[in-house]
Amino acid sequence: MSEAAAHVAHHAPPTSFVRKHVFSLDHKVIGKQYYALALVAVLTGMVLSWLMRLHLVWPNAPIPGLQWLSKVGAPGGVMTPEYYLSLMTMHGTLMVFFVLTNAPFAAFGNYFLPIQIGAEDMAFPRFNMMSFWTTFVAFCILVSAFFVGDGPPLAGWTAYAPLSAVGGDSGPGQAVGQTLWGLSIFVFCIASLLGSLNFISTTLDLRTKGMTLARMPICTWAWFITSCISLLAFAVLLPACLLLVLDRVAGTSFFIPSGLNISDHLQPHQGGSPLLWQHLFWFFGHPEVYIAIVPSMGIISHILIANMRKPLLSHKIIVYCMMAIGFLSYMVWGHHMFLSGMNPFSAMVFSFPTLVITIPATIMTLIWLGSLYGSHLRINSASLFSLGFISMFVAGGVSGFFLAQPSIDIYLHATYFVVGHFHMVMGVAAIFGVFAGTYFWFPKMTGRMMNETLGRWHFWLTFIGTYAIFMPFHYLGLAGNVRRYSAFTDDFLVPLIPVHKFITYSALFTGAVQLIFLFNLIYSRFKGPLAPANPWECTSLEWSTPSSPPPFDNFGGQHPVVHHDPYQYGVKSSTGDYLMQTSPERAGETP
Amino acid sequence: MATTLQPPQTDVEQDLRPRDGHGGGFGGLVPERGELRAVAEPKGEPTRTGVWVALAAIAMSFAALTSALYVREGAATDWHHIVLPPILWFNTLALIASSVTLELARRRVAAFMRRQESDRAASLLWLNATLLLGLVFIAGQYLAWLKLRSQGLYLPTNPNSSFFYLFTGVHAIHVLGGLGGLTRVIVKFLSSRWPLRRSTMDAASYYWHFMGLLWIYLLFILWLKL
Repeated sequence: MSEAAAHVAHHAPPTSFVRKHVFSLDHKVIGKQYYALALVAVLTGMVLSWLMRLHLVWPNAPIPGLQWLSKVGAPGGVMTPEYYLSLMTMHGTLMVFFVLTNAPFAAFGNYFLPIQIGAEDMAFPRFNMMSFWTTFVAFCILVSAFFVGDGPPLAGWTAYAPLSAVGGDSGPGQAVGQTLWGLSIFVFCIASLLGSLNFISTTLDLRTKGMTLARMPICTWAWFITSCISLLAFAVLLPACLLLVLDRVAGTSFFIPSGLNISDHLQPHQGGSPLLWQHLFWFFGHPEVYIAIVPSMGIISHILIANMRKPLLSHKIIVYCMMAIGFLSYMVWGHHMFLSGMNPFSAMVFSFPTLVITIPATIMTLIWLGSLYGSHLRINSASLFSLGFISMFVAGGVSGFFLAQPSIDIYLHATYFVVGHFHMVMGVAAIFGVFAGTYFWFPKMTGRMMNETLGRWHFWLTFIGTYAIFMPFHYLGLAGNVRRYSAFTDDFLVPLIPVHKFITYSALFTGAVQLIFLFNLIYSRFKGPLAPANPWECTSLEWSTPSSPPPFDNFGGQHPVVHHDPYQYGVKSSTGDYLMQTSPERAGETP
Repeated sequence: MATTLQPPQTDVEQDLRPRDGHGGGFGGLVPERGELRAVAEPKGEPTRTGVWVALAAIAMSFAALTSALYVREGAATDWHHIVLPPILWFNTLALIASSVTLELARRRVAAFMRRQESDRAASLLWLNATLLLGLVFIAGQYLAWLKLRSQGLYLPTNPNSSFFYLFTGVHAIHVLGGLGGLTRVIVKFLSSRWPLRRSTMDAASYYWHFMGLLWIYLLFILWLKL
């Protein structure tokens, strides 16, 4: 391999500022760029969620400054119901695509996958650079929807047809805004496909000598499996978005049925199938949520192993479970469509694999918990967030068991129960994985340590805050609180407003707590204490680079040779209780 | 910024000779020792893996479009069958012929790389023939579009015409990409500064053959459904 790596991935070190920091071929820079983009997206998405929460609880109160964002959507600062839906759409789109697909997978994966397998760079550095900048273009197209005449689209991140397909008649933001959405996601799909191509080729072909597939760390496996899922999922969303845009601008009727009279205009379309959009979208959409969670599963496994100072009960089973989750994720998309009017028998056909997919997830959770039992876990910010991930994954995942039953889903579909479920697993657990990764890898990426006290405050306040926000959502859903409503005026909803008030206060509080993290991140980058070479005493290859951050070609012109798997903890060696993967020593007895 | 650290325990590989025993690329046709114009490549070349991955994604996209066609047909009360323009069959022949010429080109290129041929003329002839046939295909597809337009069938006219333009258009875009790849192969073949690697040639070829197979599949679906 090394010959191939030397010829393929090698590119000269950049000299100009633009080549070093802007249009860089270096996977480390690209990883940081993805992280920065995800940070901007998550802050925007969080502000949008605050606006939504404020409006839900005080629907008639003006929000100062909102009228400058949209005169039409918020005259005098009071949000219209349509504008609430627009903000909700942008919140969902930004968070799912630009945060959850980018941060755990594209950011950390790009940075650490090549290093963890001992390569100089990704297999296709130019494609890598293109994939980031294409994502950036997609982000710009999406955000531009805020500033076009009618405002951003209001059809939700799921953009169901025919609402999303008919054009301006169906509401404000549905003319130009929705087309921009479709174009943005189309471009995002291309970027994602380029990224996945890179990950797969790099993992298969650029591993260094001695790095067999079995010796790859769990997080490398997680990124590899995610890239396989992502390749096939985004390949389906791409034509779906194309068909949507054609329906909107070219007058085709893929999704728009005949006879629709919207805003007193008879729509000039016929014969299309709105259900077709749902099938195409959710065929992508369900694997997408596993794309969001699997990298975080890998990251926290990696962090827990290093902090427990002992291997997991079984790494092979964790990897096989991740593969099983990836495979099964393609078979369950119909569980988003139990109420779409499909044949009820098909509900059983989708419900069964949905329940089956909980099995590998449960096995993984039991392995984590069983490995933690009896271990002397080193408590630091990274390991706390990893524990928090497990807690959130279980708490949020359990509600999935209920939603998988069509009979219960008839009641719970499109209520806050669903919103609580996916926010806990995606919005919190996956983000906890990103936080854990940040605290863990910050020393390697910058050469400095993050402040541990601030990290612990960040963890505990966020942990309590996110439970306070999202646990009540399940109660609200069971009480019948419908989602995507901009105000609660019905008799059965008014008594729930105090719960919403509590949630809103929690959300504002938890959002403010993230400032601790931001401050820690930025301050430590410049003023944090210098980090030792391997502060966590971790065995994987990224901790054997000659410097932090790693040099341009990761290993200083040399090609590491791997002798061990990355789980040599609790062994006697010259370094203490662990053996680096590259160490030629043999493992002694367990101390 | 870099920090001063204790040296990690790392074993490094000093000897970077290829270890695969093949001595180079071109399927063992090349001698172990001797002059090579191409760069030696052991197995597991990322460009080859990459093209298979890309083809998997493209196949999945067209599978999604095919399922859209089936679902749309199932839901439709307005399915008006169209007559496929006869030029499509000629275009198909052109594309198949281009695959044949591409294979001939690959053998000529290999022969040149083995120094069994002294100049690039034969290789270039077949490479250019492939390129030309590809352009003939694209032109023919455009003529098919014009034929449909002359019958009053445009993209939004009815679902059949929509899918016809969609399938042929998306395929044509990918074929244009393939032509770009072939052009890159020719440029590298002619260049002394960036020599042509076996994997680049292979990747462009696999992609091009896939476009041919995909077209045959699409034509079958169009004939069956539209």
